Amino acid sequence: MSKQINVALIGNPNTGKTSVFNSLTGLNQKVGNYPGITVEKKEGICKLPRGVKAHIIDLPGTYSLNASSLDENVVIELLLNKNDKDFPDVAVVVSDVENLKRNLLLYTQIKDLKIPTILVINMSDRMAYKGIQLDIAYLEKELQTKIALVSTRKNKGIDQLKELITNYKELSTEPCLNASEIDKEYFDKLRKAFPNQLLYKLWLVITQDVNFGKIDRNEIDAINSFKTKGKADLKRLQQKETIKRYQFINNTLKKGQTIDLKSAKDLRIKLDRILTHKVWGYLIFAVILLTIFQAIYDWSSVPMDFIDSAFASLSEWTKNVMPEGAFTSLIAEGIIPGLGGIVIFIPQIAFLFLFISVLEETGYMSRVVFLMDRIMRRFGLSGKSVVPLISGTACAIPAIMATRNIESWKERLITILVTPFTTCSARLPVYLIIISLVIPEGRFFGLSYQALTLMLLYLIGFGAAIISAWILNKILKIKSKTFFVVEMPNYKLPLFKNVALTVLEKTKSFVFGAGKIILAISIVLWFLASYGSGDDFNNAEEIITTQFASENLSSEELQQKISSHQLEHSFIGIAGHAIEPAIRPLGYDWKIGIAIVSSFAAREVFVGTLATIYSVGSDEEETIKNRMAGEVNPILGGPLFNFASGISLLLFYAFAMQCMSTLAVVKRETNSWKWPMYQLVIMSAFAYVVALIAYQVLK
Amino acid sequence: MKLTLADIKRGQQGVIIDVSSIHIPLKLLEMGCLPGNPVELVQVAPFADPMYLNINGTHLAIRKETAIHILIEISNV
Repeated sequence: MSKQINVALIGNPNTGKTSVFNSLTGLNQKVGNYPGITVEKKEGICKLPRGVKAHIIDLPGTYSLNASSLDENVVIELLLNKNDKDFPDVAVVVSDVENLKRNLLLYTQIKDLKIPTILVINMSDRMAYKGIQLDIAYLEKELQTKIALVSTRKNKGIDQLKELITNYKELSTEPCLNASEIDKEYFDKLRKAFPNQLLYKLWLVITQDVNFGKIDRNEIDAINSFKTKGKADLKRLQQKETIKRYQFINNTLKKGQTIDLKSAKDLRIKLDRILTHKVWGYLIFAVILLTIFQAIYDWSSVPMDFIDSAFASLSEWTKNVMPEGAFTSLIAEGIIPGLGGIVIFIPQIAFLFLFISVLEETGYMSRVVFLMDRIMRRFGLSGKSVVPLISGTACAIPAIMATRNIESWKERLITILVTPFTTCSARLPVYLIIISLVIPEGRFFGLSYQALTLMLLYLIGFGAAIISAWILNKILKIKSKTFFVVEMPNYKLPLFKNVALTVLEKTKSFVFGAGKIILAISIVLWFLASYGSGDDFNNAEEIITTQFASENLSSEELQQKISSHQLEHSFIGIAGHAIEPAIRPLGYDWKIGIAIVSSFAAREVFVGTLATIYSVGSDEEETIKNRMAGEVNPILGGPLFNFASGISLLLFYAFAMQCMSTLAVVKRETNSWKWPMYQLVIMSAFAYVVALIAYQVLK
Repeated sequence: MKLTLADIKRGQQGVIIDVSSIHIPLKLLEMGCLPGNPVELVQVAPFADPMYLNINGTHLAIRKETAIHILIEISNV
């Protein structure tokens, strides 16, 4: 078998790099993480002509090889490390035909690394529309490469690209300009001190403050024959380098590209006049948000009801078909309700990511950043914090990872700390089920009370995030350089393939990531609920039979009494009773207590836990909701889930930090346990106090 | 008084003349904010901050606090 060709896709953000990746690999792709860090690693396999295969990595988007974030570091680290198993045999630089000038900066840097490089000019379908003409032969000669004109939208040029990748050995590895001319003397010295190293590589190591493979900065500093320069001097040189590269690019494009401005049409200006307008811009943004929430609430309720009842009948069916015993009980009462608690999320997660990825793909998200920056800055946040706060409505984990492009560390840290307040999709099932139990049906100006309550909970989440950001901004004394640069990409129609793949990928990673935890906890819970020690548990049947001997109970009623007695004295019952004093003032019983404790691992466990606890000890399978509605408060009587305890629970879930995965991500992103621990303690204590006050006032 | 990018009005065309201040991030230069390049104001948010600019064909938004360090000339009024 011949060796696979390693291909790295590199490019500026917004050049359609991911579309090229999707076109090359289709569904043969997987998303993981780079070891030790949370940067997403996308790789896939592409079949090339003549039976050759290529292993393709979609590197994070970057404007240059001067890294200013973790994501960009990944690109440089791979390109400088020849020993990395993913080190590319060929680099494919993806550029956008409308921004060729800017995109070529990165290209000239890659060429300096002497890696065979192909230039993809993407979105070529827009050339006529923009009045752009290219002299490909001239550009190929000047840039010392082969060019593929690609349109992923029209599915053109991909075959040509595959052909070029197959023949990568024919590509030139010569740089297209001599950047060391900016300070001849300095670079000559550098070359003499390290004759065996690539000059540009040394330059990158000197300017980046990072270690790459075998050469590191200290080593360079340690050599006496060579003196590096001070920070300010280096920065000046970097500026000169950038200017030098642009000179070359300008000269090349002067001959290789003609733009007829008369035939260029620009939709951008017209759209931006409205979408970034001082009044209309905000109104439109508000309407878009409202639409998203309304749609998620309305559209996903149908499949969710269906999933809920389907799993209830599946569980019943299993009980009827399989022989009675511990194994059947594990499947019907532990695993199936546990799985149901995962699957029920799919519609909402899919819808949320659908909206978010459409907003990103169209380029609208950058306009939101622009509109919101000034407002967010008042609270110590950045306009770029809006994206994490909105994505936080799907899941805090990708949201916290999305803070990486916030340049100021203080603004970024505050965003990370407050993002878990936004109502993530894991809270949604808890909210939905409790709202449907305690909030009356009925309408207020055509809007249902239940939908309004949900809306209010989202607002409470955002409000808590904003207010705590404001407080943190006052408390935290962190000096950090603040700058803010956002590219405003052209508006584009979203590509169906890209959106579909994002939705599929995110949903999959939720189901398998969070799903594993939920399933494991469900099984543990089933075990704890089905076993116990001591007389009360083992002899439950005898005790209950004697106790109720005088009352003429039907065997069914008797069985129910036995089961609930058993549950109360199982391991889980004992644990639940132990914490009951702490949660009774909030209006909860020991069963809710268990659900809360188990949902510190992940909120979404709440419904699953109650499903498991309630289905242990009931013969007839009913939907979770009906079982919860029938629960009676053991002390006060009346339904356990009433208005006061319901509101108290809703508020508790709105504020408490109950997600181990989020804490783990915060630890990785802030590089310390200090911040996640603060989050856990402060948010949960606050949640307890608010829930306590709510119940005591309302009861 | 020297003109900076923070002074540009909508409809005006400017040319960048100096970006040597240390308060200007390298990333901005890499995106094309370099001496000699044309610049134009596309849109401003409330309180004229941030500014949505077209620099040499690249559309981007920066805050006023960065714009005051970029020196420009106005080429048409």
